[in-house]
Amino acid sequence: MIKNILNLGDAALYCDFGRDVNKETNIQVIRYFKSIQNENIEGINNLTPSYNKLIISFDLKKTNFKDLKNTIENLTVTNIKDLKNKKVEIPVCTQEKFSLDIKRLERILSISRENIYRNFFNKEFFCYMTGFIAGMPFLGDLDSNMRAKRLETPRVKVPKGSVGLTEQFANIYTYESPGGWNIIGNSPLNIFDNSKEKDPNLINPGDLITFKEITEDQYHNYND
Amino acid sequence: MTKNYFEIVRAGINTTFQDQGRNNLYHIGIPFSGAMDNRNFLLVNKLVGNKLDQPVIEFAYQGPLFKYYGDKINIAITGDVYFKIKRNEIIIDGKCYQTFNIQNGDEIDIISTNKSVYGYLGIGGQIDLKYQWSSCSINTKANIGANNGKKFEVNQKINILKINENLNNNKLDYINTKIENIRVIKGTNFNYFSDEGKKFFFEKEFIVSKLSDRMGMRLEGPKIENIVDTNIKSEGLIKGVIQVPADGNPIIMLSDHGTIGGYPKIGVVISADYDKLVQLTPGSKIKFKEIELSSAETLFKLYDLETQNLISQI
Repeated sequence: MIKNILNLGDAALYCDFGRDVNKETNIQVIRYFKSIQNENIEGINNLTPSYNKLIISFDLKKTNFKDLKNTIENLTVTNIKDLKNKKVEIPVCTQEKFSLDIKRLERILSISRENIYRNFFNKEFFCYMTGFIAGMPFLGDLDSNMRAKRLETPRVKVPKGSVGLTEQFANIYTYESPGGWNIIGNSPLNIFDNSKEKDPNLINPGDLITFKEITEDQYHNYND
Repeated sequence: MTKNYFEIVRAGINTTFQDQGRNNLYHIGIPFSGAMDNRNFLLVNKLVGNKLDQPVIEFAYQGPLFKYYGDKINIAITGDVYFKIKRNEIIIDGKCYQTFNIQNGDEIDIISTNKSVYGYLGIGGQIDLKYQWSSCSINTKANIGANNGKKFEVNQKINILKINENLNNNKLDYINTKIENIRVIKGTNFNYFSDEGKKFFFEKEFIVSKLSDRMGMRLEGPKIENIVDTNIKSEGLIKGVIQVPADGNPIIMLSDHGTIGGYPKIGVVISADYDKLVQLTPGSKIKFKEIELSSAETLFKLYDLETQNLISQI
């Protein structure tokens, strides 16, 4: 349930679902997100679900904070059945030229690279949200001994397909972008397809993700 | 065969097509985009007799140089822009907020914006552009929109599918005003900052940094000290949000911003001040002024009324 609704500026609602970041809270966020999407409420421009927040931005010419807050508070949230946890497997090549930060991770986590990768490839991840850049999935949760902070100075360019870790999450850079995550490999899979208007994202909130190690040859032949 | 087109002789620094932007895509990571200065976008469309939501050419600082081939067509430029039109050997001084009748062989040389960032060129007709998610707005970071989401380059052509029949001369008496005081509603993490930090935020001057673009405006000034946590759990952003990263320098999210961010939000620029904010050039001074939600709503109504008023004067 929404714990609190505040205004974010004059044209957005900031719905807070509580402090904790876990699947249960996130599923509540996603339920609200889908319910509001289905309602087609007049004036809403955008919905941004995240771990434990939902931001609703609106057209100030058509509605306002007070009215929209009232609408959201009185919304009937249905148990969305289509949250059916699609399973996606992501191929990842961990060759040295792709694993830009594995040495740094070995050092700060005090875990060997073999164990970092074993842990990573044996895990099933849950997609909490997508965004920052188009289609980028935020996947959790890494074990507590695998959690590292962002790079102190973010890279100006992280290559497309890079798979990164930060704190309890993994992500995939859907295209070249600035960024500060610890990069441990690269996937040849196209995660965001901007030619598809209907479903450009391969991974959506609620999906279950596993990563599979591939060789450099498999990587280069992947899209043939 | 298209017979009416503009050829790009000089592309300019950041020349893109922009329209009203695209809605309902933040949840997959695609920002709103659209013309940075919405008022000048609407006005330029009205001047050339288009529907108000038609794509226009947005340029920043140094603008493009176009050569036109085809039947007579109207163009207009809005913003605070220095430009010239060359017809054979004659050079006509350009004037913003008025239509110009362009003919075969004419050149439009958009030399630069004056004391502002963005200017808009409207073309009286329908341009051949690809729509993506019901908008042509070019997002060069995600390569979305017209021209495969890329800036326009030298020698490319802009094809006109249909020229507006009405070639009336329109004019508007309007001067862009510059503002220094940007009105802000406190952000959801306002209390993450020290008393001194909060005081500095509303009392001291900030300078617009060179590292500003369609994604964000970075500011330099007194460091805003965070006393709680320099990171928050990543959450949604909207345009106008002012984030303060660990280095204490505020960044204002602009139209192509990342949809999610993990820095504390100290404030949000009110909707009424956004068009003026984006026009502040690097080196400009900014002072933030705190305002309540209800006043911000009233100010937006007034700003919108003023815009409607200007449109109806054309």
